[in-house]
Amino acid sequence: MAGITISGLTKRFGVTQVLRGVSLAVAPGEFVALVGPSGCGKTTLMRIIAGIETADAGEVVIGERAVTRLRPAKRDIAMVFQSYALYPHLTVRENIAVPLAMRRLSAWQRLPLLGGLLPGARARRAAIAEEVVRAAAPLGLEPLLDRRPGQLSGGQRQRVALARAIIRRPAAFLMDEPLSNLDAALRVQTRREIVEIHRAVGVATLYVTHDQAEALTMADKVAVMMGGELLQVAPPEAIYAEPADLRVAGFIGSPRINTLAAAVDAAGRVTVAGLPVGLRTEARGALTLALRPEALRPAAEGLPAIAEHLEFLGDGLLLHARHTPDGAPLILRLEPEAREGLRPGAALRLGFAPSRALLFGADGRRVAARADAPLVAA
Amino acid sequence: MRARLPILGLLGALVLMPYLWMVAASLKPASEIFRASLSLWPEHLAIAENYGRVLSRVPVLLYLWNGIVVCGGILLFQLLFAVPAGYALAKLRFPGRSLAFGAVMLGLLVPPHVPALPLYVAASGLGLLDSYTALIAPFAISVFAIFLFRQFFSALPDDLLHAARLDGMGEWAIVWRVVLPNAWPAATAFAIFSVVSHWNDLFWPLIVVQGHAHATPALGVLQFRSEEAGDDFGAMMAAAVLMTLPLVLAFLLAQRRFVEGIATTGLKG
Repeated sequence: MAGITISGLTKRFGVTQVLRGVSLAVAPGEFVALVGPSGCGKTTLMRIIAGIETADAGEVVIGERAVTRLRPAKRDIAMVFQSYALYPHLTVRENIAVPLAMRRLSAWQRLPLLGGLLPGARARRAAIAEEVVRAAAPLGLEPLLDRRPGQLSGGQRQRVALARAIIRRPAAFLMDEPLSNLDAALRVQTRREIVEIHRAVGVATLYVTHDQAEALTMADKVAVMMGGELLQVAPPEAIYAEPADLRVAGFIGSPRINTLAAAVDAAGRVTVAGLPVGLRTEARGALTLALRPEALRPAAEGLPAIAEHLEFLGDGLLLHARHTPDGAPLILRLEPEAREGLRPGAALRLGFAPSRALLFGADGRRVAARADAPLVAA
Repeated sequence: MRARLPILGLLGALVLMPYLWMVAASLKPASEIFRASLSLWPEHLAIAENYGRVLSRVPVLLYLWNGIVVCGGILLFQLLFAVPAGYALAKLRFPGRSLAFGAVMLGLLVPPHVPALPLYVAASGLGLLDSYTALIAPFAISVFAIFLFRQFFSALPDDLLHAARLDGMGEWAIVWRVVLPNAWPAATAFAIFSVVSHWNDLFWPLIVVQGHAHATPALGVLQFRSEEAGDDFGAMMAAAVLMTLPLVLAFLLAQRRFVEGIATTGLKG
């Protein structure tokens, strides 16, 4: 069992600094999702790990081996590409067999006709053919083995790419947005299948995606990347509930987290628009108070707001409101029953439990806060 | 729209006419060929006489064999050099790449007749005149082929090559196992172009070949005209038919592959 460790990777394309000293560890058997907006450098990072791209500085270690200067083939990793990158001229069977054929057969044995006559080639080819079927069967590819990629649907191609990756039993898997070309329903199904494959194979996996839902549902750990930096690496629950950076809080979670400009008075009490909100902190200066949509509730007293718009979601309700003093938009996720008594234009007071409030400093980093006298009985 | 077929048919007939005339003449006795009135269809067939004379007087099969060896050899070496070169220029990053590509473009501007004399002197100096080597070597590296393949390979997705590298292929294996099979239409198109032009080439064989031993079909027809046939046009046309026949057959076969090639690679993998 091997893990992936990268340390201090930097990469610059012309004047653009794409990676600014990225370090990340994927433990053996762990599934880490690398998530971030487009252009944050996550794909570049993955390509450097694969060896397709070279880093300006930094180290890549797979298992116990430093592979920074090794060719992709020598790194013992398999990658699933966003475009799948199947060989268009080969059948599904041949596509899946390529990684094994390249490793187990000599150059002469790989020759189309002559190769089969060489000693040992026939037995090895038979073994490879058997393994291809064994890798293809769980993915439902058996009936498609003699087709070419051009004759397959997107989901089927995606499975072929997966089969080609797992057949070799590599030390580590890299997946570059493998679901982004699938339709929504297939994406949810394939999401689960990839997790099941990972569980069965148990290989360290780094999964790049821009879709936070994929990251949160699939991964053991989520690494949030922005602007060429890793902002936080933590289990999905912690990323959601305890974001270390305002940008992480804003990127993860849908609808987006609510943010309000906050200040601290001389006594250390956090105030929003001059109103104490029931939090104390040691931090000073301009702060940001962030609240998940489900953390806010209509209450007897609290933040003054105007209800603007209601969205019925079936299992819940989204209330779009506006913070009265500074006009900041707020979104609340409520139970469907809460609809009674909520009308657009109505003045509201919004309360929250202090334990669910997130406080960030001027630099965007999380600052500690503790409950003061509660604003409302939570 | 409805006029398209007759117009195309007329143009096609116009292009085909000389060839049909040649075939018809090869079937006619001399008296019919030189008759004042025009008639395509022969009244008396003289197949045995015309073709018999050709086959008995000149080594037709040897010419055809020479043509196959020369054209096959040229095509083989052209692909051997141009496919890796085109791949390197299209997909590999190395210092001097744009300079190399510029040199290829420059090479496209030089007509083959310009270096003919220096090449002849070189072949003569090396004692290579009247040999297959003299016929093949000057064409072994085709800048046109390098240019064509470079343009075609540029369109191949980079991820496909990355996947091949991760699967354990070296650059050499990538060229022959991934890039070339996916460039089949370009390869076929180039093969047609190359074989046709070298099968019909008279200029270079005329310079470096004397006698029958290494004469290509085009040169063979020429020699037949001057040495053997005199004004025996029936036999001459028969010789011309025999020399062009393999090319026509090969073209018809390759044309089918060509269309297939486009059809299969149009589906993106």
